[in-house]
Amino acid sequence: MPVTTAHYLALSMALLIIGTVGVLTRRNIIVIMMSIELILNAVNINLVAFSHHLQNVNGQVFTIFVITAAAAEAAVGLGILIALFRNKETVHADEIDILRW
Amino acid sequence: MTPLFTAADFFTLKPAIALCSVGCIVLFAEWAFRSRGAAAWVALFGELLTAYALWVHSADVAANGPRFALSNSMTIDGFSVFFGYIFVVSAILAIIISARYMEDEKSNRSEFYALMLFAQAGMTVMAQGYDLVTLFIGLELMALSFYVMVGFLRDELRSNEAAMKYLILGALSSGFLAYGFSILYGISGSTNLSEIADAVASRDLHDPILILAMVTTSVGLFFKISVVPFHMWAPDVYEGAPTPVTAYISVASKAASFALLMRIFLVPLVSAQEVWIPLLGGVALATMTLGNIAAITQNNLKRLLAYSSISHAGYILLGLVAGNETGLKGVSVYILVYMFMNFGVFALIAAMRRDGHAAEDIDDLGGLMGRHPGYAILMLILLLSLAGIPPTAGFYGKYFIFLGLLQAGQYFLAIVAALYVAVATYYYFRIIRAIFLSDGLEPATIAPGLGTKLALVASGVFTLVIGLYPEPFINMATNSILLALR
Repeated sequence: MPVTTAHYLALSMALLIIGTVGVLTRRNIIVIMMSIELILNAVNINLVAFSHHLQNVNGQVFTIFVITAAAAEAAVGLGILIALFRNKETVHADEIDILRW
Repeated sequence: MTPLFTAADFFTLKPAIALCSVGCIVLFAEWAFRSRGAAAWVALFGELLTAYALWVHSADVAANGPRFALSNSMTIDGFSVFFGYIFVVSAILAIIISARYMEDEKSNRSEFYALMLFAQAGMTVMAQGYDLVTLFIGLELMALSFYVMVGFLRDELRSNEAAMKYLILGALSSGFLAYGFSILYGISGSTNLSEIADAVASRDLHDPILILAMVTTSVGLFFKISVVPFHMWAPDVYEGAPTPVTAYISVASKAASFALLMRIFLVPLVSAQEVWIPLLGGVALATMTLGNIAAITQNNLKRLLAYSSISHAGYILLGLVAGNETGLKGVSVYILVYMFMNFGVFALIAAMRRDGHAAEDIDDLGGLMGRHPGYAILMLILLLSLAGIPPTAGFYGKYFIFLGLLQAGQYFLAIVAALYVAVATYYYFRIIRAIFLSDGLEPATIAPGLGTKLALVASGVFTLVIGLYPEPFINMATNSILLALR
C-alpha cells in the first residue's frame, strides 16, 4: 500500500492529540515540554506533507521557522525551569501552587 | 533577476529594524554609559525612532494607500500604523514605570528594556504581517520575550511560577495556532493571506478540513487574547509578573493578539463569516460572564484587573461579532482607550509598597484620598472609565460596540453586555470605596518615581480628554480599520 498524504495527515493529527493530552494530564514539567514539542512536530509533518502534495516549497520554508521557534521555546522554557528549580526543588506541576492554578 | 531585498522592503521593515537594533544597543547601554539608568533612556530613544518610522509610514499610506513588500509578506496600511502607535505608546509607558519598580525589586538590568523592545518588534511584525510565516514569527518573538519578562524577578518564586505557566500554556497555544496555519496552507497552497482568502471562498463552508483549520486557529488566538475557556493563565500571570510587565502584557500583547485575530478573521476567513460569528458571539458571552463574576470575589488588585481584562476582551470580541463598520470602529476605539485606562491603574499599583515589598491588595489603597488626593482623583477617573461611565473615555469604547451590535440586530448580546456593565461597576466601586471611604489601618506607601507620575498623569489626562472631546481620536481609529480592511 503506498503511503499517501492522507496517512501523513492522520499521523500528524494523532501527534497533535497525544501532545495535547500529554500537556493536560502529565505532571512533570519536562514531560509537558516534550508534549509541546510533539504538537509542533505534528505541525511540521503537516507542512512537509502538504508541501510535497502541492509541489510547492513554501511549506518547507515554514517548517524551518517552526523548528527554530520550537528550539527557542525549549531553550527559554528550560531556562525558566532552572530558575524555578533553584528556588523550589521540584519539577512537578502539582507542587508549583503559590498562584492558584 | 530581481534583487532580493529592495529599498521598499527596507522601508516597510523600518519600525522592526529600529526596535531590534536599538534593542541590541540597549544590552550594552549599562556598560557603555557606566550608569544603571542608561538602558531605559536608550530604550526611550528607540521608541522615538520607531515613532518617527511609523509617522513616515502613515504619511506614505495617506499619499499612496496601502503597500506590500517582501514578496507580499508584509504590508503597510492604516491598520498596521494604528497598532504600531498603540505599541509605541504602551512601550513608552511601560518603560517609564519600570525604572523605579525594577530598582525597588533590585532587578533593574539592561536586558529587561531590550526584551521590551524585542517584544515590541514582534508585535509590529504581527500588525504588519500579511503572510502566515511572518505572522507566526512575530507572534513567537513577542511571546518568547514576554515569557522571560514575566519571570524576570529571578529570586521570587511567584515570578518564576507565573513564567512557567505562561510558557507552557503560551507554547501550547502557539502549537495549535501553527497547526491551524499548516492546514490553511494545505487548503490553499500558499501562505499569503489574500491567496488563502480566495481558496477559502471557493470551498464549502462546512468542509470538515476548513472547520478543523478554523477551530485550531481560533483556539490559538483565544489563548492569546485570554477569553473563556482559554483564560486560565491570565490571573496567575498577571499576579506573578512584575507589575510593569503585567501592564505591558495586558495592553500591548492583547492589542497585538487582537490585530492578529482581526487579520486572520477579516482577510483569509472573511468568507466563512457565518460560521465564526456565532462562535465568537458564544465565546464573548462566556468571557463576559466569567470575567465579571470572578472579578467580584478578588482581593488582589492585579488578579482583579486580570479578570476585568478578560471581560474587556469579551467586549472587544463583540465588535467583531457585530461585523459592521460601527462594530469594527468600536474595536479600535476600545483598544485605544483601554490602553490608557489600564496603564494608569497599573502605574499606581506599581508605585504601592509596604515594608519594602510590593503591595497589591484592595485594602492597601485604603485612605488614599486622605493622603494623596491627587492620585485618588486620578484613580477615580480611570476606574470610572474602566467601568464605562460617560464623561470618561471608556464609555465611547462600549458605546460603539453596543451600537454596532444593535445595528447588526444582535439584540440579545447587546442587552446582556449592557447588564454586565452593572456587575463590573460593582467591583470597580469596591476599589473606589476603599480609596474614598475606608481608612487603611496601616496604609501602604505610595512612592512613585518621576516616570510613574508622568505615566499616571498622561493616562488620566488622555482618559478624560478622549471622554470629553472624542472626535479626533475616533476618526483616527476609524480610518485605521475601515480603510485598511475593506
